[in-house]
Amino acid sequence: MARSKNRGSQEVNAGSMADIAFLLLIFFLVTTQIATNKGLTLLLPPKQEEDIPDPVKQQERNIFKIQVNSLNKLMVEGETLDDPSLIGDMVYDFILNFGNISDVEKGPTGAKVSDRQTYESLPATMKAYINNSLRSDKSSDGPNAAIVSLKADRGSSYEIFIQILDQLNAAYNRVYGERVGLTDEEFRKLNRNDPRDLDLYERARSGIPKAISIAEPSKVGG
Amino acid sequence: MSKFKKKSESTQEIPTAALPDIIFMLLFFFMVTTVMRETEVLVKQEIPRAEQLVKLEKKKLVTYLYVGEPKEPEIFGTESLVQANDAFIAIDGIVQWVNQEKDLLSEVERDQITISLKVDKDTKMGIIVDIQTELREANARKIIYAAPKKTDN
Repeated sequence: MARSKNRGSQEVNAGSMADIAFLLLIFFLVTTQIATNKGLTLLLPPKQEEDIPDPVKQQERNIFKIQVNSLNKLMVEGETLDDPSLIGDMVYDFILNFGNISDVEKGPTGAKVSDRQTYESLPATMKAYINNSLRSDKSSDGPNAAIVSLKADRGSSYEIFIQILDQLNAAYNRVYGERVGLTDEEFRKLNRNDPRDLDLYERARSGIPKAISIAEPSKVGG
Repeated sequence: MSKFKKKSESTQEIPTAALPDIIFMLLFFFMVTTVMRETEVLVKQEIPRAEQLVKLEKKKLVTYLYVGEPKEPEIFGTESLVQANDAFIAIDGIVQWVNQEKDLLSEVERDQITISLKVDKDTKMGIIVDIQTELREANARKIIYAAPKKTDN
C-alpha cells in the first residue's frame, strides 16, 4: 500500500514574510517626508493705489528702522549692527516704550483699545520694567503707534532677511506671551481652535498690533 | 525515580511568529502617512532655519512657490527663478497663477489663500520683493516663509 507522502503540515512557509515586510518598510521610511507646514507668517499690506497720496507721515520716533545693504550689513536706527540676534531685545524695548501714552482708541471697529488701556492691562512686572528702563521720549509713543520697518536691498540675501524677521517675531511673541503670563514659545503654540486658548491669544494681542512693514527697496544704489 | 519531570525540554527560543505582524503594522503606518511628492522641485532648496515658527492649520488653503537657483544651470541658467506647480513661471505670470489657484478653492475660502514661499538661502531679496508686489496685486496677502526649526540651542 502506497503511503501518503504528505504527512507534514500543509502550511506556506511564512518565515521570510518578515523580511519582505521589512523591505517594504524601509522603502517607505526612505521615501517618506513628513510634510511641514511651518514658517514665519506675514500679512502683506493691501494693493497700492496709484493716485492716493502717502498717508499721514509717521513721526520718526515711532518707526523702528532696520536696513540691510547688498553686502548684508545691517543698519538699525541709524547705527550699524553686526549681530542680528540683538534686534529682538531692541524691538521688544521699542514696542513697550510707552513714551507718550495716548487715550486715542485705535484698532479694528468693535475692538478699539487705547495705549492707556493696553498699559493698564499689563502685569506688574512689565509695568515696573517699563517705568524703570523705558519711557524714553526718543522711542515709540505706544504700541498703537509703533511700526517696525524692514528695508532690505535688492542685492541682500534671503537668509539674513529671515534671521531678522525671526527676531521681529520673537520680540512680538515675547511681548504677547509675557502679557498673559506665558513664554514666547507657549504663546506660539496656543491652539486657536480651543476657546480658552483663543481667549488668551486675543487678550494678548489686543491693543498691540503686529506692525511689521517690509518697505520696498530703492531701485537704484546699494 | 523523581516525581517531577524536567520541564525544560523545550527550546529556549524567543517566539518570532508575531514579528511579521509588528512589521506590517509599522509598514501600514508609513504607507498611510506617506504623501508622494506631486511636484518635482526644479530649484535648489536649502531653506534657512528660524526659531519663531507658526504652524498652519488649514493645509488646503496653502499653495507653494519655490524660489531658487535652477538645479540644471546648463538649461535654465544661474539666475534665481520662481517655480509654481511643475514649471517655472515669470514674475508677471504670478497674478494669473494665483487666480488659477484661487479658482480651485471654494467661494468662501478664496480670500484666505495662503502662499507658502520656499526660498533657497542664497536667493537675493530683489526677486522676493517682486513676488510680494505681485501677490499684493493678486490680493493674496497671506504669505508664509516656510522654514524648518533651528536645531542648535
